[in-house]
Amino acid sequence: MTDAPITFATAVRSAPTGAEAAPSPVKLAARNLAFHYGDFTALRDINLDVPQNKVTALIGPSGCGKSTLLRIFNRIYSIYPGQRASGQVLLDGEDVLDPKYPLNRLRSKIGMVFQKPVPFPMSIFDNIAYGIGHYEKLSKADMADRVEAALRQAALWDEVKDKLRQSALGLSGGQQQRLCIARAVALKPQVILFDEPTSALDPIATGKIEQLFAELKQQFTILIVTHNMQQAARCSDFTAFMYLGELIEHGATSTIFTKPTKQQTEDYITGRFG
Amino acid sequence: MNAMADRLYFRRRLLNAVSLVLSGAATLFGLFWLVWILWVTISKGIDAMSLQLFTEMTPPPGQDTGGLKNAIVGSLMLSSLAVAMGAPVGIAAGTFLSEYARARKIGEVIRFVNDILLSAPSIVLGLFVYTLVVRTTGTFSGYAGSIAMAFIVLPVVVRTTDEMLRLVPSQMREAALSLGIPQWKVTTQILYRAALPGIVTGVLLALARIAGETAPLLFTAFNNQYWSTDMGGAMPNLPVTIFQFAMSPFAYWNQLAWAGAFLITLFVLAVSLLARTLLLRKKTHHD
Repeated sequence: MTDAPITFATAVRSAPTGAEAAPSPVKLAARNLAFHYGDFTALRDINLDVPQNKVTALIGPSGCGKSTLLRIFNRIYSIYPGQRASGQVLLDGEDVLDPKYPLNRLRSKIGMVFQKPVPFPMSIFDNIAYGIGHYEKLSKADMADRVEAALRQAALWDEVKDKLRQSALGLSGGQQQRLCIARAVALKPQVILFDEPTSALDPIATGKIEQLFAELKQQFTILIVTHNMQQAARCSDFTAFMYLGELIEHGATSTIFTKPTKQQTEDYITGRFG
Repeated sequence: MNAMADRLYFRRRLLNAVSLVLSGAATLFGLFWLVWILWVTISKGIDAMSLQLFTEMTPPPGQDTGGLKNAIVGSLMLSSLAVAMGAPVGIAAGTFLSEYARARKIGEVIRFVNDILLSAPSIVLGLFVYTLVVRTTGTFSGYAGSIAMAFIVLPVVVRTTDEMLRLVPSQMREAALSLGIPQWKVTTQILYRAALPGIVTGVLLALARIAGETAPLLFTAFNNQYWSTDMGGAMPNLPVTIFQFAMSPFAYWNQLAWAGAFLITLFVLAVSLLARTLLLRKKTHHD
């Protein structure tokens, strides 16, 4: 570990050490972000920089607002009345919370994988092709290539290549989750949000998905919410610790887990609460 | 200590036995009448079964041949049109309730009003359409009959569509919306697909419900002793035919009424079984 400062703002302020990662540009950033469920303020004053082509993990005890934060980035919260965000979310410097920013464009750039795998009630092939078809008109052969590429990226191709026309509902939980990853990857987004993607899966399926992160980050910027600290330690380059709706500390994963600067972070990672 | 526990367990076993006997007896009591009704319908109906039923018209008084052909065809036409009118509106309204009015006051109000319509006496619906259609057009008609039955179909389909769509996990909506797909496409291409067996079941149950309805037809489609496929005029139909034939002094008419009742029972049974299989298939499909 060197003491060379890293380039993104919050990490510089809170954790100048542990910058073994080469400086990467900020892909996604939250600025003075707050979130409200009706009258209840769930998040306040969140400032976070998510570096490009890295895995950033959000950790914290249940109810700390990590999933809430994740759900702001693609504005998926907006389908529920009474939920609103204030502040800014910058994707390549553009504020995506601006009502003028087209939702369609935002969601084509920021994909999401959910806690519970939810394949659409259609064939494995159509699960992937459906989203692509919404954005691009491809020939049959091109579509088949795209679907195959997406399934390969999600390390699912070998298991399903002979039953692409079968219902996706017949896959195991772990396969379904990788199908959902393939579905997100197929749209060639720039950022993929993972909301506790393995909490409904067994250890083997979890291991497969964790292995994927290392490959996916070559191409995508990854933000993952997890309540599993080992997972954050294993898979992420950067970690942000949240508590009671606030971002307590953010920095290189190795630093957060070995030399946290805040007492609350240390208490949490050493298992004193949470 | 031990004796106390023994007493306690004895009391619990006794209570359990008593409630088992009481609830079992109540079930038997209910089933008894149902089985009796079915038994009489089947035994009398089977006696009256013959090919003539489907090939000959309803007979004039005193004649000992004839069937129910015009009434069967009329009923099928009336019911089909009623479902064709009621189901699309019901599916659309159920979709509105589930997808667009979910956490809103208006949704609760509509649901409540729909439940009232669901339990409205069917003769009231018949009289409503009588005033609305028959009085204004000046004639009994198949259309009026179908409209009256559509009012029975509507709340059933609204309710099942609403419920079946709400059973689709919200994660499925989120997953589809997170791909950037607009809500109308998510609803029509993904949610409908997920809820389809349930929605079809609702439509089938509505069909079963109207198959035997007499009251809404009395003042609307009326009845017709002759062959008619003209929906603009009075239409022959099974329920009203049964109603008239059963109360007549002619033995052959009475026999035809039993046959008609049996046919409707069979139809309802078949439709219900179909609905059941669809729902069961949905279940195994999703687990």
